Amino acid sequence: MTQATADERRTDGDRDTVLYEQMLFIRRFLEKVDVLYRQGQMHGPAHLGLGQEAIAVGAASVLRPDDYSIGTYRGHAHALARGAPPEAVLAELLGREGGICGGKGGSMHITSVEHGYYGSYAIVGAHLPIAVGLAWASRIKKTGQVTICFFGDGAVNIGAFHEAVNLAALWALPIVFVCENNQYMEYSPISSMIPVERPAASRASAYGLEPLVVDGNDVSAVAELVGAAVDKARDGGGPALIEADTYRLKGHSAADAGAYRPAEEVEQARTQEPLLRQRAALVSAGTDEQDLIRLETRIAIAVSGLADRVLAAPKPDPATVWTDVWADGGSRWRN
Amino acid sequence: MAPVTLGKAINMGLRKAMEDDPKVLLMGEDIGRLGGVFRVTDGLQKDFGEDRVIDTPLAESGILGTAVGLAMRGYRPVCEIQFDGFIFPAYNQIVTQVAKIHARSRGRMPMRIVVRVPFGGGIGAVEHHSESPEAYFSHTPGLKVVACSNPVDAYWMIQQAIRQDDPVLFFEPKRRYWEKADLDTTVEPEPLFESRLVRPGHDCTVLAYGPMVKTALQAAAAVEGEGRSLEVVDLRTLSPLDLGPVFESVRRTGRCVVVHEAPTNLGLGSEIAARITEECFYSLEAPVLRVGGYDTPYPPSKMEEDYLPDLDRILDAVDRSFTF
Ligand SMILES: Cc1ncc(C[n+]2csc(CCOP(=O)(O)OP(=O)(O)O)c2C)c(N)n1
Ligand SMILES: [Mg+2]
Repeated sequence: MTQATADERRTDGDRDTVLYEQMLFIRRFLEKVDVLYRQGQMHGPAHLGLGQEAIAVGAASVLRPDDYSIGTYRGHAHALARGAPPEAVLAELLGREGGICGGKGGSMHITSVEHGYYGSYAIVGAHLPIAVGLAWASRIKKTGQVTICFFGDGAVNIGAFHEAVNLAALWALPIVFVCENNQYMEYSPISSMIPVERPAASRASAYGLEPLVVDGNDVSAVAELVGAAVDKARDGGGPALIEADTYRLKGHSAADAGAYRPAEEVEQARTQEPLLRQRAALVSAGTDEQDLIRLETRIAIAVSGLADRVLAAPKPDPATVWTDVWADGGSRWRN
Repeated sequence: MAPVTLGKAINMGLRKAMEDDPKVLLMGEDIGRLGGVFRVTDGLQKDFGEDRVIDTPLAESGILGTAVGLAMRGYRPVCEIQFDGFIFPAYNQIVTQVAKIHARSRGRMPMRIVVRVPFGGGIGAVEHHSESPEAYFSHTPGLKVVACSNPVDAYWMIQQAIRQDDPVLFFEPKRRYWEKADLDTTVEPEPLFESRLVRPGHDCTVLAYGPMVKTALQAAAAVEGEGRSLEVVDLRTLSPLDLGPVFESVRRTGRCVVVHEAPTNLGLGSEIAARITEECFYSLEAPVLRVGGYDTPYPPSKMEEDYLPDLDRILDAVDRSFTF
């Protein structure tokens, strides 16, 4: 298995701080959603990617603005990392006016075409073949645009994963599949659900791909390995399948306390989570801790102001349910 | 004006659509080099190349999913499903994604996808090769569903479906692929989402679509001499349904029989009967009757004649509607 090593990574102080800032913003944003959920401000499930921020941020950092990414219901971080406006994302989550999908997507379908984030998908596996289509278009248009497709460890057991990776490899498409291995498929440890060692990497050879594994809690390592795969795909070198090891710090959704996970496991994971690590890396590389504290304070204030504004917004107009069902003017004329 | 078969008419329609719009792509199993199991795409890969007529691996979910991504990027993919029963691996994509992405993205991600499905029995095939799954899709908001019944419609309707900005399930009556009609490609076609009165009559309205239109017309011809006059409507569009002309017809005839190969239980006929009852209640002399397949799996080929609605079953229903 290939593992990007520390000394292969670029060391760029500014970039490392930006990555930290982005991860921190997403962390605070997701924590806020968790609190709002508990306060009854949010209806429907909220699958939070707490602890998985480094994958979204590291991968997005190597993309061009005109590249494509696509992910799962646990996709808030991916939309934000591509630049989707946080206020519109939060409004969508809370069912307020100004939601990024006009209130029709909800937490599991955050989409921002403007930012190249072509959607979150709640049907596990369904978006992998869709990503293949996005990449196919880049290939025929010869635009050099790359597609990154994020999915969970649980998704490798559904047929669509295999169909999609097979098609991408067969057609040598510019696509990077990134499996976020957070160790759990809902309430089951992934190890109890696969007959091989690793959910994605162990399957790579079946499609003629190299088994690539990265420490998904190390944002620089993610940027490095995904960056190399993206560059290769952009240059016509075909797809890659990357498995990024991480850990879901909370339950499957905000309603799940995650009590089925051994306490030691969670404790150990908390010491390995990406924010702590990036912060330590910055400090040891000479960043002034006072600067970090100022940054952290600024982000905390920004997120709480954001939430206040969204909570003050009205609910969307119920008449919008009639719109956009069909491109020819909605559904009212049929009903 | 040479007579062409229904299969050839679709082929010509696809060719025209590809000439008119470089964003039109065809995808499916063995559609390129072979030209498809029914040869509907014959010769198109040779003329438009492998990037526009794509031979795909056997992976219906992958084919439809790829089409979704292509549609998001502005293409108009036309997917061929070899046989009706093979659409189910793609059902997830069609129902959970294709039908919903336009709404979810508020129109930012158009789903200009056509799924071509040879459907129905009558060719001595078996289950998975003879089925009529149109109701599953007609039930789903966000999809449009049409069925052609003759070569002229086939030529125009496939082009109209491809020009739609919504996803269209295009059902092709496979047992009629080889039937011929004169095709004038210069006349202006009727709008896609309109039903059509194909035979006027005054005793009973018979509704059909796809392969059953011909059967309904045969039934009407058979009883003409007996002084019974059947009005036949080719529904053509199954979602949305165009029932305005049907209501008008039923108000005149007072009787209605709906015919399809699909099982009657919760089939399109049930919905149509309900709507006619709501709209034409005081004009009806009898309940709307349904003729269709039975509530069983599609039978082995030796028994399909017993399963499929035929002229006798249609006329029997017409007779029953006169007993009320
Ligand atoms: C086809 C399908 N089956 C079941 C579910 C219910 N479900 C939602 S998430 C999930 C677990 C997926 O695990 P994984 O792929 O590892 O992603 P994670 O939630 O860990 O991000 C399940 C079973 C679903 N959404 N879609
Ligand atoms: Mg998981």
